[in-house]
Amino acid sequence: MQRIGVFVCHCGTNIAATVDVKAVAEALGHEPGVVISREYQYMCSESGQNLVKDAIKEHNLSGVVICSCSPRMHENTFRKAAAAAGLNPYLVEIANIREQCSWIHKDIATATEKAVILGRAAIAKVHLNAPLTAGESPVVKRALVIGGGIAGIQTALDIAEAGFEVDIVEKEPTIGGKMAQIDKTFPTLDCAACILTPKMVECSQNEKIHIHSFSEVTDVKGFVGNFSVTIKKKARYVDETKCTGCGLCTEKCPMKNVPNEFNMGLDNRRAVYIPFAQAVPKVATIDPNYCMMLKTGKCGVCSKVCSVGAIDYKQQDKFIEEKYGAIVVATGFNPIKLDKYEEFAYSQSPDVVTSLELERLMNAAGPNGGTLLRPSDKTHPHTIVFVQCVGSRCDDSKGKPYCSKICCMYTAKHAMLIREKYPDTEVYVFYIDVRTPGKNFDEFYRRAVEQYNVHYVKGMVGKVTPKSDGKLDVQASDLLANEQLHIDADMVVLAAAIEPDKTARPLATMLTTQMDTNDFFTEAHPKLRPVESATAGIFLSGACQGPKDIPETVAQASAAAAKAIGLLCKNSITCNPCVAHSNELMCNGCSSCEKVCPYGAITYQDKEFRMPDRTTAIRRVASVNPAVCQGCGACTVACPSGAMDLNGFSNSQIMAEVDAICK
Amino acid sequence: MQVNDNKEFQPLIVAFCCNWCSYAGADLSGTNRLNYPTNVKIIRVPCSCRVNPMFILRAFQRGADGVILCGCHPGDCHYTSGNYFTRRRMTLLFSMLDFLGIERDRTRVEWVSAAEGAKFAATMNEFTEAVKKLGPNRRLEDLRCKKQ
Amino acid sequence: MNKNLQEQVIRTSGVNVLKCMRCGKCSGTCPSYDEMEYHPHQFVYMVEKGDIEKLMNSKSLYKCLTCFACVERCPRNVEPAKVVEAVRLAAVRQQGNNHLIPDQIPDMLDDDLPQQAIVTAFRKYTK
Repeated sequence: MQRIGVFVCHCGTNIAATVDVKAVAEALGHEPGVVISREYQYMCSESGQNLVKDAIKEHNLSGVVICSCSPRMHENTFRKAAAAAGLNPYLVEIANIREQCSWIHKDIATATEKAVILGRAAIAKVHLNAPLTAGESPVVKRALVIGGGIAGIQTALDIAEAGFEVDIVEKEPTIGGKMAQIDKTFPTLDCAACILTPKMVECSQNEKIHIHSFSEVTDVKGFVGNFSVTIKKKARYVDETKCTGCGLCTEKCPMKNVPNEFNMGLDNRRAVYIPFAQAVPKVATIDPNYCMMLKTGKCGVCSKVCSVGAIDYKQQDKFIEEKYGAIVVATGFNPIKLDKYEEFAYSQSPDVVTSLELERLMNAAGPNGGTLLRPSDKTHPHTIVFVQCVGSRCDDSKGKPYCSKICCMYTAKHAMLIREKYPDTEVYVFYIDVRTPGKNFDEFYRRAVEQYNVHYVKGMVGKVTPKSDGKLDVQASDLLANEQLHIDADMVVLAAAIEPDKTARPLATMLTTQMDTNDFFTEAHPKLRPVESATAGIFLSGACQGPKDIPETVAQASAAAAKAIGLLCKNSITCNPCVAHSNELMCNGCSSCEKVCPYGAITYQDKEFRMPDRTTAIRRVASVNPAVCQGCGACTVACPSGAMDLNGFSNSQIMAEVDAICK
Repeated sequence: MQVNDNKEFQPLIVAFCCNWCSYAGADLSGTNRLNYPTNVKIIRVPCSCRVNPMFILRAFQRGADGVILCGCHPGDCHYTSGNYFTRRRMTLLFSMLDFLGIERDRTRVEWVSAAEGAKFAATMNEFTEAVKKLGPNRRLEDLRCKKQ
Repeated sequence: MNKNLQEQVIRTSGVNVLKCMRCGKCSGTCPSYDEMEYHPHQFVYMVEKGDIEKLMNSKSLYKCLTCFACVERCPRNVEPAKVVEAVRLAAVRQQGNNHLIPDQIPDMLDDDLPQQAIVTAFRKYTK
C-alpha cells in the first residue's frame, strides 16, 4: 500500500489569494493512499522543505505530491529534499497550482476545484512512480577529429593541450585542408601558409596527437563516452615509418602528366607525389591510377631511387579499430562544380577560373610561381572580371539556396591583390549585394573600392563568350546605370558557392547525426548549442556546420574542443534516468521504434527466451541504450505491441492522470 | 462534465503540453496573468510525440469534451523531430475520429513556443468556446466509467 | 498602380515577383536589351510595384523574343519572360473587344495552319 504525503503551498498570497489552500489540503487528504496532507506558507523555503523531509521520515512516505508552482521552477528543489530524507527523488510529483491555476483564474470556487483536480492527477501519477536511479557510463579519454583542415587542426591542438589523446583522420595524404591552398587571408592579407604550416607542424610534433592521413572512417559504433570507430588506412604504397620525405622519388617518377589536385589541376604532378612542400606528414604517396608499376608491373623507378626502401607496391588497405569518448566532425567544404553554368563558359575557356583556382594561380608555390598569367596563353591579363554569387542564393536546381558567406570578402581580397601587384589591370566585380559583416571587413571592401579603384558594378553577368582573338566577351547588366555592358576581358573569375564535403552525408549516417537539406550538419540548438550535434558526444567544428571564414572556423573549432574536453574530463557520465526501456517479453522485434529514434539509441539483440512450453527460443528484441536516449518518447507511441515505455512518463502514469482529471 | 449553478455547460478539456515549449508557454501565460477558463487541465509530457493517440481516446472515453495537444513549433522541437511525428500521428487520429463521428473541433493540435504565453491563453479561450458550442461529448463517453 | 491589373499579371504568369533579388542577370543575358525601353529586370520590378500600364504601353513589350534565356539563367527561378508574356496578354485583353469573330475564320484558314493556333488565337484575342 502506498503511503503518500501531500504538501500544498500558499506561496504567500500567490496561490492562497485565489485558491482555498486549506480546502485543497483537506480534499486531497481523503484521496486513497494519502496518509498526510499539509499546507504551508512557503513550501520551497528551508522550513517548508524540512516539513517535507520530516514527514517523509515520520510517516515512512512512499511518494510525495507538492502542490505549488511550476515543476520547471522547483521540481529539483523538492527532489533534492526528498533524496536528503532518504526517498528516491523520482517519487516526487509536482501539481502546478500557481502558473496554471491561481495566477490565471479569478473565481475562488472554480480555481479551488481545479487545484484539487490537478492535485488528484499528481496523486494518481505518483501511485505509479517507480524509483529511478541515474545510470553511469564510463568515458574513454580519447577524442577523434574527422577532417584535418584548419578546423580539425585547431580542435585537435586544443584537446591535446588539455592533456587528452587525439586522433585526426584525414582523407587526403596531408593535413592542411583548404587553407593550405589559399594564398593570402582577409582582412589582414597575411599569407595563409605562414600561419597554417606552424600549426600543422605543431600537430605532428605533439605527442598526444596522432595523424591518420590518407584514411577514412568506415564504421562507428557505440555512444557518447564509448564510441568504437573503424578507420581505413588506405594503401599509399609507401611505408610511412620509413619515408623521410626527401622527394627524390617524386622527381624521378616517369609519369609526369597527372593532374595536380593541390593546384586545382592547373599543372601536373608525378604518379608518386607529396602534395606540397610543407605537407604533414611529409610522406610520399603513390597514385595507383597512374603508377605504371601498379598498373602493368613494369617500372619500379621510385623503389630503385629510394635510399631507405620505403616503397612497398604490395601494401594493402589497413583497418584499425579504436575507442573514443568524443568525436568532432570537421569535414569542411568544397566549391561546387560549375559544369551546369554554361553561360559563364567555365568548361569552354581555360581563362574562366574559380576563385580557388585563382588562389593557386597567384600563389608563389602555384603553377606560375606567383605571377598571375592567363592559363590559356600564359600572358599577363589586363582586364579581369569577377562574378559573385555563382551558385549561391539560387532557388533553382543548379545552385544552393544559401549565401556562401566568404565570397564577398575573398573577391575583394583578390581584386585588391591584383590591383596592388599589377596596377595596369582593370578589375570589375559584378555583385548582387556586398555582404561584409565582420571585424574590419567592410573597411577592407571599401579600401578595394576607394584606394585600389576596383570597379564594383551592381548587376550580374548574363553571358561569357570566348572570342576568336582569345578574349572573353562578358555581357552583363549595370543595374544602377540601367545599361547592358560588354566587357572585353582577359580572365573571368567565378566566386563559386561552397557546399559540404561529399563524405559528410555517409558520415552523418554512421554517426546518427542530423543534417539539413544542404548536407550541413545540424547543431543541437541553433543559438545555445551551436557546436554540438543533437547526438550526444558528437561535436561540430568548422564549415561542416555552415559556411564560415577562417576566424569563425577557428573560433568554432576551439569551442568544439572545449565541449569535447568538458566531456573527456569526466570519468563517467550520469544519464537522465527518464529514458525509454523495452519490455523484452512483449517486444516483437519489428524495428518501428528504431526507425523513429532521432538519436539512434535503440539497437536489436538476439536473446534466448524460455517459452511457455519449456523450450527456449531465440528472439530479436529492442534494447535502449540509456546513455544515448534523451527521453522524448517517440518510440513508445510507435511501438505496436506496447513493449516500449518511458520512465517517469509511462503509459500507465499518463493514463492515470487522464483518468484522474476526467473523473 | 461539470455543471455550475446557472446550468451553463462547462466542458472538460484536457491539454497535453510538451515540457520544453508549450508547458513553459502555459507557465508564461500564468506569469503574465493571462486568463483562460478553469475547464482546461494540463498534463505535462516530455515531448508532444510522447502522446499516444490512446491517451486522447482514453480522455474522450472518460468524459473529456475536448482534447488539445500542444508542442513546439515545427523545426523547434527539443528532440529535433518529435513534433513532426506528432503532426503525422494526429492527422491519422483525427481522420479516425472523423470516421467515428467525433466532431473535428473537439481535438486540436497547436504549436505554442515557450515565449507565446499570450498565444497559449488565446488558444485555450478560443478552444473552450468552440467546445462549449459543440456541447457535451456523448459519442465516445463510456457511461460505465462515470461516477454518479 | 493598378491592383487588379497587377493581380491579373501575376496570376496569368504564375510568377512570384517577390523572389527577385535584383541581380540583373536576366538583363545581362537579354539579346534584345538594346532595343528595349524597359529591360527584363525592370519588368519584374515594375510588376512588383504595380506599374503595369506603363509596361503595356511600352514598345519593349514586343521586343522580347521570348527566347527564355532569362528564364534559363535566373538564379531565383523568377522567370521574367513569363511576366512579359502575361503583360502582353493583359494588353491584348485590355481592349475589351473580340478581335476574332468566328465567322471570319474560314477566310483566314490556310492548310498549313495548325489547329492549335486557332484555339490559342481564340484564347488570346477574344474577350
